[in-house]
Amino acid sequence: MVKMMMMAMMVGVAMGNIVDKTCKQTPDYTLCLSLLRSDPRSSSADTVGLALILVDKIKALGAETLGQINEAYKTKPMLKKPLDECSLRYKTIVDVDVHTAIIAVKGNPKFAEGAVVDAGVEASICDGGFTKGQSPLTSLTQRMEKICDVTRAIIRMLL
Amino acid sequence: MASNEALLPVTSRQDPLSESRSDQIPETRRRRPIKVHLAIYSGLLLIALYVALIVTHDGSTAQHGAKDETSTESRARLAGVSEKSNDRVSKLSDDRKVEAFAWNNTMLSWQRTAFHFQPEKNWMNDPNGPLFYKGWYHFFYQYNPNAAVWGDIVWGHAVSKDLIHWLYLPIAMVPDQWYDANGVWTGSATFLDDGSIVMLYTGSTDKFVQVQNLAYPEDPSDPLLLKWAKFSGNPVLVPPPGIGAKDFRDPTTAWKTSSGKWRITIGSKINRTGISLIYDTTDFKTYEKHDTLLHQVPNTGMWECVDFYPVSKTQVNGLDTSVNGPDIKHVIKASMDDTRIDHYAIGTYYDSNGTWVPDNPSIDVGISTALRYDYGKFYASKTFYDQNKGRRILWGWIGESDSEAADVQKGWSSVQGIPRTVVLDTRTRKNLVQWPVEEIKSLRLSSNKFDMTIGPGTVVPVDVGSATQLDIEAEFEIKTEDLKLFFDDDSVEADKKFSCETSGGSTARGALGPFGFSVLADESLSEQTPVYFYVTKGKHSKLKTVFCTDTSRSTMANDVVKPIYGSFVPVLKGEKLTMRILVDHSIVEGFAQGGRTCITSRVYPTKAIYGATKLFLFNNAIDATVTASFKVWQMNSAFIHPYSPDDLSVPSRT
Repeated sequence: MVKMMMMAMMVGVAMGNIVDKTCKQTPDYTLCLSLLRSDPRSSSADTVGLALILVDKIKALGAETLGQINEAYKTKPMLKKPLDECSLRYKTIVDVDVHTAIIAVKGNPKFAEGAVVDAGVEASICDGGFTKGQSPLTSLTQRMEKICDVTRAIIRMLL
Repeated sequence: MASNEALLPVTSRQDPLSESRSDQIPETRRRRPIKVHLAIYSGLLLIALYVALIVTHDGSTAQHGAKDETSTESRARLAGVSEKSNDRVSKLSDDRKVEAFAWNNTMLSWQRTAFHFQPEKNWMNDPNGPLFYKGWYHFFYQYNPNAAVWGDIVWGHAVSKDLIHWLYLPIAMVPDQWYDANGVWTGSATFLDDGSIVMLYTGSTDKFVQVQNLAYPEDPSDPLLLKWAKFSGNPVLVPPPGIGAKDFRDPTTAWKTSSGKWRITIGSKINRTGISLIYDTTDFKTYEKHDTLLHQVPNTGMWECVDFYPVSKTQVNGLDTSVNGPDIKHVIKASMDDTRIDHYAIGTYYDSNGTWVPDNPSIDVGISTALRYDYGKFYASKTFYDQNKGRRILWGWIGESDSEAADVQKGWSSVQGIPRTVVLDTRTRKNLVQWPVEEIKSLRLSSNKFDMTIGPGTVVPVDVGSATQLDIEAEFEIKTEDLKLFFDDDSVEADKKFSCETSGGSTARGALGPFGFSVLADESLSEQTPVYFYVTKGKHSKLKTVFCTDTSRSTMANDVVKPIYGSFVPVLKGEKLTMRILVDHSIVEGFAQGGRTCITSRVYPTKAIYGATKLFLFNNAIDATVTASFKVWQMNSAFIHPYSPDDLSVPSRT
């Protein structure tokens, strides 16, 4: 009984190591750790699993940002044009990039890398559509760019 | 840490050793013994590792400042690897002068090419199983029938009499078996001795394992090869021991060994070493794997789409894949998964043991300085032997350089390069030479001939009417007095590490360059794509020539990748500088010195479209006057369309 608990702990320790080791190879170690550790699946995931957890985070952040965009239409109607562009870009992230990343990560990771890089680009373009200081989405888009950077680094470990 | 707390309850109670120690352990160190106990039980290594990680974690928190600084650098490095870079985009969006930009359908629909192969809609990637059979050239391709992004991959199919005028056929193979349920991936065709065709292709199984499968035409008497049958005993090859389940794909065309067996090679990797596995077979159903590899190169990563074929040292015709002999060299080519670059190397093949040795190991397959078919956007390429005209023909996948949002909006993604003949450069013998197939000339309509001498710092409009579909052949000469000046002027330092990418593009002016054409330009040159030569003084005072395409100012759009592509091109004594450029809407293909160096680019102008597209000749050199002698043809559309029975009765367009 004790031996089983010991072994379980050893495995837990070992798996915790994988998250740590993996995050060390990304551009943002702290962000990577906090994203992965916030998901209980990370304790027993391989690299593919970790990548999928992060793609889920991209999807969630994308959906959250789309919510903010919809709010902004009401509170800042004069920003309709750049908000329209952001809506298009973020729908691409959530509907297209995320889907491609999920199927490609398991089969042919380079296409997942392309999708995740594109997600970061779409976020940048969205924010860039506002004149400086006008964007209500800057912290969200910057967070998306950072998560995409980390996710990309993990996907590249699968190549 | 959760795991740390989990360790706490299991204390010295169980461990006899700890009991003996517990008296000696001071109060403050009670938490440590837990780790000591585990170390005793499980193996010191694991815990030492865990402890080490905790220590380094604390250390690395302190280093976070450093990490943030290096993250930009790592992003820049990543940008070199894959084009789309957050770094580049954010730089552009900082520019307040750039208007918020949105693609409209007028701009997007202009981007479709007129004479390059692309499906009617949706996503395409690798060329598959090209072959010539019963009067038709067949082309298969990785295709997503459902979206303009990768996924749901099937084998698309098209036929042509001349490699230019293509007719769409129904999908050839779909993922309808467990062994290709997650994708009917890339493969190659082999002609057996009796003239029948076998196709080997990679299937991604229902469990995402990569296996090799055999397929063949259901009805060999059908020249269109519409239906394909999969061998009931598939898969014929599964990943061998020591090879990862996802590192085993893209089987080549087979070649005959001197013992009469068929031999194929399949790219893979072991850790970071790119390798090519070798198998022999007599029936394409059972295989013997060699213990040795065809070749391997450390630190090159996974080798995709390996290609292996003979080239003649003395003649300019293509060779059947099985040809071997004293006047033959063999080419190994691989697509590098890590960098999305196709590299090739020339070497010697030893049939007796199925190995290959490069002529020049310092530019071996996959090394960053190794030769490339193309220095621009060009991947997953594949050759086939065209027994109809005795040529080896090269296909290459040309992906998009724009955003997925744009691809989804316009409804398609990717084109194929114009098929090229490939031969060994019989003059240098160190590189291949590629050239668009002769049949493309059938698209030439009216032409204009020009002879111009342009001084330093000149840009001249070239009036050819419409400038979106062009074939340009040009010869350049640098005025001799200038060259003498250049050589005699000792204060001029030899350009040590000059390259297209680091040289600042077409606007950076040197003594002898850059000069060339600006294609897909608008009248005010606010958008332009220069394709040019840049001549500098290389080692030992020899003139060094680079051939480049600069897409950095090709469009006002800010969601597009705009690299500067190019490479050194050998120019032998007595040769004039020559270039050929094919312009076809959003694709530009440049060929220098008869195809010694080739560059394919994707460009997405927003203003230089339709009637507003112009052509310019320029000379940005400081000291040199350049004479350009060139011809520009308007190019017709290839009118690629779905096959109909009428296409059989119409004589082939020539």
